[in-house]
Amino acid sequence: MRYVEEFRDPTQARALLKAIGRSAEALGASRAAPIRIMEICGGHTHSIFRYGLDKLVHEGIEFIHGPGCPVCVLPRSRVDEAVTLAERPGVIFTTFGDAMRVPGTSRSLLQAKAQGADVRTVYSPLDALELARRHPDREVIFFGLGFETTTPSTALSVQQAAAEGLTNFCVFVNHITVPPPLKALLDDPHMLLDGFVGPGHVSMVIGTHPYDFIARDYGKPLVVAGFEPLDLLQSVLMVLEQIREGRAEIENQYARVVPEHGNPVSLAAIEAVYEPRPSFEWRGLGEIDASGLRMREAFRAFDAEARFQVGYGAPQGRAQVPDPEGCACGQVMTGRMKPTACPQFGRGCTPDTPLGALMVSSEGACAAYWTYGGARVAAE
Amino acid sequence: MNAATKPSRLRDTHVTLSHGGGGRAMRDLIEEVFTDVFRPEGDEDQARLTDAALATPGARLAFTTDSFVVTPLEFPGGDIGKLAVCGTVNDLAVGGARPLWLSAAFIIEEGTEIALLRRIVASMVREAEAAGVRIVTGDTKVVGRGSGDGVFITTSGVGVIPAGRDLGAAQIRDGDVALVNGVLGDHGATILAARGDLALSTPLESDCQSLTHLMEAVLAAAPGTHAARDATRGGLASTLNEMAEAAGVTVELDEAALPLRTEVKGLCEILGLDPLYLANEGTLVLFVPEAEAEAALAAMRATPAGRDATIVGRAGPRGSVPVTMRTAFGGQRIVDMLVGEQLPRIC
Repeated sequence: MRYVEEFRDPTQARALLKAIGRSAEALGASRAAPIRIMEICGGHTHSIFRYGLDKLVHEGIEFIHGPGCPVCVLPRSRVDEAVTLAERPGVIFTTFGDAMRVPGTSRSLLQAKAQGADVRTVYSPLDALELARRHPDREVIFFGLGFETTTPSTALSVQQAAAEGLTNFCVFVNHITVPPPLKALLDDPHMLLDGFVGPGHVSMVIGTHPYDFIARDYGKPLVVAGFEPLDLLQSVLMVLEQIREGRAEIENQYARVVPEHGNPVSLAAIEAVYEPRPSFEWRGLGEIDASGLRMREAFRAFDAEARFQVGYGAPQGRAQVPDPEGCACGQVMTGRMKPTACPQFGRGCTPDTPLGALMVSSEGACAAYWTYGGARVAAE
Repeated sequence: MNAATKPSRLRDTHVTLSHGGGGRAMRDLIEEVFTDVFRPEGDEDQARLTDAALATPGARLAFTTDSFVVTPLEFPGGDIGKLAVCGTVNDLAVGGARPLWLSAAFIIEEGTEIALLRRIVASMVREAEAAGVRIVTGDTKVVGRGSGDGVFITTSGVGVIPAGRDLGAAQIRDGDVALVNGVLGDHGATILAARGDLALSTPLESDCQSLTHLMEAVLAAAPGTHAARDATRGGLASTLNEMAEAAGVTVELDEAALPLRTEVKGLCEILGLDPLYLANEGTLVLFVPEAEAEAALAAMRATPAGRDATIVGRAGPRGSVPVTMRTAFGGQRIVDMLVGEQLPRIC
């Protein structure tokens, strides 16, 4: 596969692993006193486990899995609100596949579907738009999920719906932005991070400058990285080199895809349709100021929460829903606990019977540990 | 009278509920679309069958059934009819049976195009001939619009296992070599792309094919073969997990050896799917004692269904994790059973 295989070359990987080892030695990193690098994005977590990078890097490098899996950071209350919307008579509720199995308080979207709700998996909000055109008598709601990577496509579909005068299409907006939760993590005095590997696909849209505060205000290095194993290894090496040289900068390893200033067309679409919410609830992190997006006044007609008065649009306010008993998703999400240290991991919580989203989404840290055997192979 | 010259009484272009009503319309549909093409022997509502192989002492009857639902009904490389024949024929073949006879039952949704039914039936006859089986009995039912998804087909198959042959997952031993007959995931990837909602065009075709001749060639060249299964739903990963658990062994796959088409890898990259879990409809996995592995490989490669055959892994002693994979980087990872169905990811 051209343009992918090159970034999976084992020979080059071995060379990078050696260089990482030398750097880690020079920094005096050890299993007892590791260099802690947070890979923010769930896609990176997945790649690390898929290729076994966590086992292959020097033992003094510890990967901390960040809050960058949009399904995983969705609190249970938001799943409940999605189910409420999906179960309204006349509604066709459309969603990306990942979100189907995430458990709500009493049921997931998949279970709601089995009980009669019209829930459909789509691959793009444009598919939802097409459903709205074909079913003018039905309300088509799109479950808008994701970071800056998916926000432009829902923004464009809302602009398109407005241009066509489609009145039966709206979005349940759960779009979130990467920098605010990083700030929340960095402000946490318990957090012991030495550097970050940043999500390349997000920077493809926003560029690298939104991370400047991490180097400037917190003195931590961040390297924007691609998703192939060589990308990740090179990025880890770049973080280590910065630490060794006493630098804290925002560097771009993924320059073949990421322009410094992002994608102006995508940014303009986001800017036209969305504005920051005063605050948004994250699983494990609670409400974070200005971390989520909502429709601007001009597009409020396409906002499912406003239209159906649920969630942040409910006149009586949102219901508070605690995480299930014994579920430590929040601590795992903030890097304070390894998935395997959670008392429910592999017992009350498995991919067959997940308690939290980290076990559901293929990009969740717990699912990655389970699927690729970080826990079970090691336990042998 | 020859079917081709008989004047057609079937005027409709689409199936209506009256085609299931037991009257003239139903008779016309069954005769013209099904029995004139399948040509079962005799006029009774049952097949009366004999085969010399059954009379051999020690021979055993193999009997299997499977239902087929697929959207879209026709896809690159096949259709639901071909699938319904290959699926059941392969279930017999991988058990070491020589497939002889099939039944075919159709549940047809009101509104289905009759021309489509004719194409499906023609492809079933073609595939049955290629596999050396006969479709000897069948049934049709019509359900109202919205109660089905076009056409559902259930096929049952009967075959004969020659005396002395006893293939089964329980026979797999530590040290056995695991082989596949061809590339993985083509069927699953083709169906995903053919549904049209990905807006991806690929040159992929389903691997849907019958494996009778391939199995006979393998068993002639490597009579010590321990087990074979076709890696259908859940893909190679799920099939290997089932086999390893049944045998009480572990299986280690070699990632670098897995035969995958560039297009399948690309589709999986885009959607966040794992090709090890994609369905196949003409791909089997064999466990053969090491001494016979090369013979089995050569025999497979000499058949059209086994041109891309290759060794993908090896059985090991009992362990806590049934299936693992040695990655191209030298790491090791678990290859688990599929949970639910594979769901495409967000970004």
